[in-house]
Amino acid sequence: MKNNDAIIILNEKCTGCTLCIKVCPFGAILIKDKKAVIDLSKCTLCAACVEACKFDAIIIRKKEKAVIDLSAYRDVWVFAEQKKGKVQSVVFELLGKGRELADKLKCNLCAVLIGENTQEGAKELIARGADKVYTVDSPHLKVFQDDPYTRVLTELVSKHKPEIVLCGATTIGRSLISRVAVTLRAGLTADCTGLDIDMKEKLLLQTRPAFGGNIMATIIAPDSRPQMSTVRHKVMQEAEHDPGRKGEIIEEKFPEATYASRSRLLDVVEEIEETINLAEADIIVSGGRGVGNKENFSIIKDLALSINGAVGASRSAVDADWIPYSHQVGQTGKTVCPKVYIACGISGQIQHLIGMKSADVIVAINKDPDAPIFGVATYGIVDDLFKVVPLLTQHFKKTLA
Amino acid sequence: MKILVFIKQVPNTTDVKIDPVTNTLKREGVDSIINPFDMYAIEEAIRVKEKLGDAEVIAVSMGPQQAVEALKEAISMGCDRAILISDRKFAGSDTWATSYTLSQAAKKIGDYTIIFCGKQASDGDTAQVGPGISMHLDIPQVTYVKKIEKITVSSAVVERMTEEGYDIVEVPLPAVLTVVKEINEPRLPSLKGKMRAKKAEIPVWTAEDIGCDEKMIGLDGSPTRVVKIFTPPPRGGGRLLEGDPAETAKELAGLIKKEIIG
Repeated sequence: MKNNDAIIILNEKCTGCTLCIKVCPFGAILIKDKKAVIDLSKCTLCAACVEACKFDAIIIRKKEKAVIDLSAYRDVWVFAEQKKGKVQSVVFELLGKGRELADKLKCNLCAVLIGENTQEGAKELIARGADKVYTVDSPHLKVFQDDPYTRVLTELVSKHKPEIVLCGATTIGRSLISRVAVTLRAGLTADCTGLDIDMKEKLLLQTRPAFGGNIMATIIAPDSRPQMSTVRHKVMQEAEHDPGRKGEIIEEKFPEATYASRSRLLDVVEEIEETINLAEADIIVSGGRGVGNKENFSIIKDLALSINGAVGASRSAVDADWIPYSHQVGQTGKTVCPKVYIACGISGQIQHLIGMKSADVIVAINKDPDAPIFGVATYGIVDDLFKVVPLLTQHFKKTLA
Repeated sequence: MKILVFIKQVPNTTDVKIDPVTNTLKREGVDSIINPFDMYAIEEAIRVKEKLGDAEVIAVSMGPQQAVEALKEAISMGCDRAILISDRKFAGSDTWATSYTLSQAAKKIGDYTIIFCGKQASDGDTAQVGPGISMHLDIPQVTYVKKIEKITVSSAVVERMTEEGYDIVEVPLPAVLTVVKEINEPRLPSLKGKMRAKKAEIPVWTAEDIGCDEKMIGLDGSPTRVVKIFTPPPRGGGRLLEGDPAETAKELAGLIKKEIIG
């Protein structure tokens, strides 16, 4: 009887050497009766074992492909998220990367703008590199709602068949694009940190972190279209603004029923934090257990203010009630990716590192030379933060004012 | 009234380390836990039941046999019963196939009013399965729910977290709600709960039991495929600044200014 399992160990070739067990990131292989056995309910088909096996004893069977005409799909699309009519800056970063991809594929870079009074936004998108901008304009689309935006984007993609769709990994983007991908049976990869084209296969190579950033995975969607990815803010380079660029604005219209929504938006509440939004900040100054008490946190806040940065905190500081939870950086708090992350009195437990280790430059100030934070810091000072931090603040006040 | 909570058993990522010799994940001694975001989903489901009364909270997980431990923990927190969805045919499921499979399980359970999910799982970190389920079931969704302001058997008014604050959304039920950590503080299991969990019988449903189309599950149902897994180059090669605070602070200020201004 044909074994239809996704991945098979050829027992006649397996020597029980356990090399596959050592490389499996998911603990899905064990030895039974001196042969390797894969627990299919744990296996993700990452193929690490297939590569590692010296005896070619592991094979992944061929996939039953749904046959679609891949050549009918052309162009790189970017979903242009807007709030209050303003195109979000992550979109300019997507256009930057999108231009690279479109140039490699020798196709157009297009943007999709859904909202009300989209003309100004559309012009901005062209200035940032879009060859075409598809706009869908309606008072019903002024603010994001799951149903209308899902329907509109799905219809547009079905009609125009882009081969790649990029979207910001924002609150809106992640909810929206997941639903569009399911309807289209398209492969979607979230939070990509790397995007490239495999020139031989003309496929999008999507690289992203998994297991809290402990490993990286490169993913493809070979048989489905479009290939869809979300990308976080501040990961890619912004496309430059060139007001002289020319492009086409194509206005699309849909029947009213397309804009219907099952849920109703009752209100939009903005909470202005006393300092800048943490997740978006370019500079973050964080305080940990070493700060000692609530009053001392003002030292951290002062440094942050002097450098126009946001204030972060480790879980210890938040649990001790020295600063509200909204400032917590880490596995159970916020994930940040600033240009500069200054960790003061933070030991650098892995739960904290998960939230900030993708910062460009990490600065650690800690009395303890063995603190794990020094293992990831670009610059470290082993000293009393109460001595160093105020001096730093002074410097910035003098020279950056 | 049935309230479903979809949970996932994940490796405790804080325990996961890279083996410096083989440059792969070291999995020995790594605990399996309920995905952290799912704890908040379980807690919220139980709170909704406590508010509305006359409701049943059913925890469901798609995973290997050992995921039964996670389901028992859900019961010990207060879920009424649990179901494991498990089958070798699910091997290699990406989020499309996973959300399809879970929605088939929801259809088999039937007559659900709310489906709670955690915002994302800490191993895959995609946040795609919750929205995927809402599409497969063709029911509305609200993601990033940080508070349920009002709830009846036919609708809910919830706060959806945004980058600037939150939206207040009214959504008809049944619906999928994915929750964030701001929503509540998960309770610890009670002694009574632990005893219930110990005695609980958790049925295992296969692909056939939930009527899955074989082309939509596992390898065949997954449009995305992992082609490479590698460990990121470790951050290191940092520099310690030496000297007294006046000197180090000055040097550091200069380095930071260069970073910002360029």
